[in-house]
Amino acid sequence: MASESPRANLKPLSLHVPEPKFRPGDAVDFTAVDIPAAGAARRPDTADEAKEFIDLAYSMVRVLDENNRAVGPWDPKLTPDTLRKMLRNMALVRAFDERMFRAQRQGKTSFYMKSLGEEAVSIGAAAALAADDMVFPSYRQQGVLISRGCPLEDMMNQIYSNSGDKLQGKQLPIMYSERRYSFFSISGNLTTQYPQAVGWAMASASKGDTRIAATWCGEGSTAEGDFHSALTFATVYRAPVIFNVVNNQWAISSFSGFAGAEATTFAARAVGYGIAGLRVDGNDALAVYAATEWAAERARTNQGPTLIEHFTYRAEGHSTSDDPSQYRSAGEPTAWPLGDPVMRLKNHLIALGEWDEERHAAQDLELAEMVKAAQKEAEKNGILGHGLHQPLDTLFDGVFEEMPWHLREQQAQMMAEEEASGRPWARKK
Amino acid sequence: MNMIQAINSALDVMMARDPDVIVMGEDVGYFGGVFRATAGLQAKHGKTRVFDTPITECGIVGVAVGMGAYGLRPVPEIQFADYIYPALDQLVSEAARLRYRSAGEFIAPMTIRSPYGGGIFGGQTHSQSPEGIFTHVSGVKTVIPATPYDAKGLLIAAIEDNDPTIFFEPKRIYNGPFNGHWDRPAENWSKHPGGEVPEGYYKVPLGKANIARSGEALTIICYGTMVHVCQKVVEEAGVDAEIIDLRTLVPLDIDTIEESVKKTGRCMIVHEATRTSGFGAELSALVQERCFYHLEAPIERVTGFDTPYPHSLEWAYFPGPVRIGQALKKIMKD
Ligand SMILES: Cc1ncc(C[n+]2csc(CCOP(=O)(O)OP(=O)(O)O)c2C)c(N)n1
Repeated sequence: MASESPRANLKPLSLHVPEPKFRPGDAVDFTAVDIPAAGAARRPDTADEAKEFIDLAYSMVRVLDENNRAVGPWDPKLTPDTLRKMLRNMALVRAFDERMFRAQRQGKTSFYMKSLGEEAVSIGAAAALAADDMVFPSYRQQGVLISRGCPLEDMMNQIYSNSGDKLQGKQLPIMYSERRYSFFSISGNLTTQYPQAVGWAMASASKGDTRIAATWCGEGSTAEGDFHSALTFATVYRAPVIFNVVNNQWAISSFSGFAGAEATTFAARAVGYGIAGLRVDGNDALAVYAATEWAAERARTNQGPTLIEHFTYRAEGHSTSDDPSQYRSAGEPTAWPLGDPVMRLKNHLIALGEWDEERHAAQDLELAEMVKAAQKEAEKNGILGHGLHQPLDTLFDGVFEEMPWHLREQQAQMMAEEEASGRPWARKK
Repeated sequence: MNMIQAINSALDVMMARDPDVIVMGEDVGYFGGVFRATAGLQAKHGKTRVFDTPITECGIVGVAVGMGAYGLRPVPEIQFADYIYPALDQLVSEAARLRYRSAGEFIAPMTIRSPYGGGIFGGQTHSQSPEGIFTHVSGVKTVIPATPYDAKGLLIAAIEDNDPTIFFEPKRIYNGPFNGHWDRPAENWSKHPGGEVPEGYYKVPLGKANIARSGEALTIICYGTMVHVCQKVVEEAGVDAEIIDLRTLVPLDIDTIEESVKKTGRCMIVHEATRTSGFGAELSALVQERCFYHLEAPIERVTGFDTPYPHSLEWAYFPGPVRIGQALKKIMKD
């Protein structure tokens, strides 16, 4: 067939399939990663039109420099108290993750997901948002809940699916839902929260509210159709929403190239929609704070949506079910050129003379004890696998507002089954 | 072989035989899939034939339609059956109808593989059995194996088939048959006749059910994981049941069903999917239409409940030995 082609003198086409730079066993060299100097990016007025600062979708907003100083126009000039609070929250997320990861390994729950290396993304954003702005998170924004003061024990109850879990054991661990903290119910289906956040923001605007919405997804998830549908809606209706793309380089085993990173940045996704796009050093809590604050002001003053790409690195496995040594070089997490977000903020505070190693070590100890104590309390409500913690009849709750006949019949059948089995499972009172 | 190895072997055999066979999906390439069903295939067949895709299920199936129209035989993987919904429009409106709307000028010969079913603490979004939805769509075939032997033979048949096929893999029995007693030790395929899988090419035809156990007292119609649960329950109850493993829901082997129910006079249908409008409803209607005068008791349906799959209460949801056993007593009463 090829010989009959009128273009027989052309070489056959070939298909490009992206390949990450490093695989297991490879030595890591990140010198090719382009990292502009801290303070170099300009800061447009929040009233400027998106097309006036397209360059910011391709460069990188950075505040903390290599001497641990906050520099340039994006320095949010936070008080030492705010900085210490953010540092504490980031360290708390880390301690919480560590404890819950271990709980999963001990068989106390089925699943857990850490955000090691990405703590600045959620903590920086939460600090810049108002407490009643609605967040539509993905599964690695536990930092928002922690920032907003959700009791650790409540989070653990959910992770254990125990009798204290107000979601009645109906959700996978870490798929929190916390209306009290303006934290939307997390879905396991990637990126479905994106259009939902836009819908919520549109409703807020049409009601003349002053609250805005923020949502997060991973860089891999930007490929979902929902992402693009959400951006289209947001630009059409100028929805007061902040889109966060957490570019942590890996989507399970697939590197960011499989979501299009070889060709452009994720912040540049905004350009085609006429949305403001910022690319931010995601391991710099001050840069994340500053970008979020700027985007929130745009949203609150009816300038519409902003898309922020947080350039960061997932330092642990994707989840407790993942083994990253199977697909990436073990050297990557430590070689990551943007460093550790907790260490960077700590060193900044020390440079300011507002913190020291002793206090930091003492805080780490205190937080570990605090998490441990919360765990002890939560485990009094049971752990997954030790019998059934929810009254059996809750299985049918919440399918509809009122239970229709066929569900009532099935519920009765289940109860009869229970009688027959002789299992001592609890009933609703 | 276990079921994952059998599936891997089917893909390997078909890729070696036919250069048009393409494997793609989230994490299927270098890593070999989250369940490792495609492990080693990229290294052997090259990364233009086995590759990772962006995480967009509508994109995966849409691209497969175009590839099929070009003349390839894509075998896309949807990481969990729960994530097939974003692809529904490409599947229902495009793949399933391409032949019909182009009067045979274009076809979409693809085999969409996807792990389905519960029993692994997967929560609401890693446990569903959505097969009923696809049996409702004209133009799509639906296949569900119950043993490694069948998984390999049916997958090869599906890849060779020129229609779009949904191939649902019961993930609860990937590593071994499951008898429904979740508190007993897991079994292993090495001791099961269905775990004996030839290395090379063979086919198990689509549309032909398997009589997993022959008997005289009643007919149990089931598929996937439930075949093994039903076998255990029948053994424990000492009932002489005939167990039909459907293997494919569309096309359905109605003859084997009809013959069996007419012989036994009783029919029970077991599946893990939710009850209302589940495939069991269709089976029940079919049996009633065709075997009414032979029935000695009302048809029994044993299914999951009409709720989402609950994480911590998943064993209460699962149609296990207690639920099946009670239905068995009821149907054998008169
Ligand atoms: C619709 C859908 N498809 C596939 C999955 C399986 N899955 C869960 S997480 C994940 C990778 C996501 O990567 P990314 O968006 O980069 O986020 P990260 O985990 O790195 O934060 C995949 C493929 C899913 N949960 N939902």
